[in-house]
Amino acid sequence: MKYAIAAAFAALLAMPAALADEFTKKDMERWQKDFDDAAKLGRALWVNDAPIKLGTNGVACAQCHPNAANTHPETYPKFQKQIGRVAALWEMVNWCIRNPLEGKNLSADSKEMIALQAYIASERKGVKLAPGKH
Amino acid sequence: MSRNSRRDFLKNAALLGVATLPMSLVRLSFAKSGDDFTFAYISDSHIQHIKGNQFVRNWDMGLKRAVAEANLLVPKPDFVVYGGDLAQLGTKAELDHGAEIMSALKYKTHYVMGEHDYYLDLGAYWEKLFGPQWHSFDHKGVHFIVLNSVLTHHHWTYERWPTAERRMAEMSGLDNPNGSPFMVGEKQREWLKNDLAKVPKSTPIVVFSHSPLQKIFKGWNFWTDDAEQVQAILKPFQRVSVIYGHVHQIQYNQIGNISFHSVMATAWPWPYPQSYALAESHLPVLTVPMNRADPFFERDATGWQFMNVKTGRVDLTYQLPNNTTRTVAFNAKTGKPGDIAYQEKTKRIPPQDHY
Repeated sequence: MKYAIAAAFAALLAMPAALADEFTKKDMERWQKDFDDAAKLGRALWVNDAPIKLGTNGVACAQCHPNAANTHPETYPKFQKQIGRVAALWEMVNWCIRNPLEGKNLSADSKEMIALQAYIASERKGVKLAPGKH
Repeated sequence: MSRNSRRDFLKNAALLGVATLPMSLVRLSFAKSGDDFTFAYISDSHIQHIKGNQFVRNWDMGLKRAVAEANLLVPKPDFVVYGGDLAQLGTKAELDHGAEIMSALKYKTHYVMGEHDYYLDLGAYWEKLFGPQWHSFDHKGVHFIVLNSVLTHHHWTYERWPTAERRMAEMSGLDNPNGSPFMVGEKQREWLKNDLAKVPKSTPIVVFSHSPLQKIFKGWNFWTDDAEQVQAILKPFQRVSVIYGHVHQIQYNQIGNISFHSVMATAWPWPYPQSYALAESHLPVLTVPMNRADPFFERDATGWQFMNVKTGRVDLTYQLPNNTTRTVAFNAKTGKPGDIAYQEKTKRIPPQDHY
């Protein structure tokens, strides 16, 4: 066992040194694809066409927000007058899931919540950040 | 308000448990003298079936409220128009449920076809409930026309989709790139020409369609593909008004002799097309937008309309729960419709800014 570890260590040293901040075009393509997949899942959830359903009544996000319009991701976090404090976009997504969709909150770091935000942002490409704007 | 009508109003309001109906609803309802008359306009309720006898409560409430309020109008409107998209997916269950809620209305009602009513069975069951997909009628010197403006290409309608349910689902997504542009179509345009052939050019014309008979944003079908051809048929008439649904927001415009007005949805509001930054759109510059919606008030940015036909022009009063009533009236001085409170740039308020 000890020999095996030593051999592996020796092999690592023999490899060209991988610098932490170096990445290839291939890496970037892979990461972009991961984002695109997330946005794609987000779109499927948005139009109620994913295996997981956000709500219980068949209402889809897209019914009020075609192309994720009127979600204004560039303005968050911002003071949300209905909540009475500065809120993040995901909190508002959960508000919509609970109310018009009559569903249950997603956790902030769930795959679905991240996918929804990826989709929302992808439909708002090129719009300047405007944090706090009402 | 006469003592009787006030008493009736209060009685009805009490029965409904509606303590805070905007009084403008009543005040504006006084009939003008002469040939002037009024009608009410309810549209885009999107009654949505869940399963069994369950329907989406929010959309049901929007239509029920509009029907209850329209029944309180004093004096009574001459008739009601329903502007289309009574159903969400065009099923018998949805159309029946919508028709049941509408049956509480105390007035004669004319129905316009919406794409959500149409693309499951191409209007077959809707016709049984509500009558022909297009027709005309005369009322107090005005010629009214109801069009089905949500038709589309033959291939898309009859050949592209494996099932009727799939066809309906594809058309029901407003932002679905698999959708298809709306049109009135050649057959109906021919009918329209013939229908108008016998009408004097001085007769006021009012057209009801579901989609705008003008081109605003193709991506969401705020659009009718043969709009120019329909406009050309209407052009010889001196006073023409087109009233359309579909857009779930306030829009108005003037093209030549034709005034265009949209109506609100009872179900939910839609963003103005300029809110979608990735595509180009053409909201009429004349339009002062409705206030941005506050979703925490379930009925905010929804509503219904009360219309006053005065010297052949249509003035619209938007009944907006949780929001200030808006009136868009024909301005004889400018020859265009205008908002009576907000039309001037200096009069506009921050909630009317959409981005």
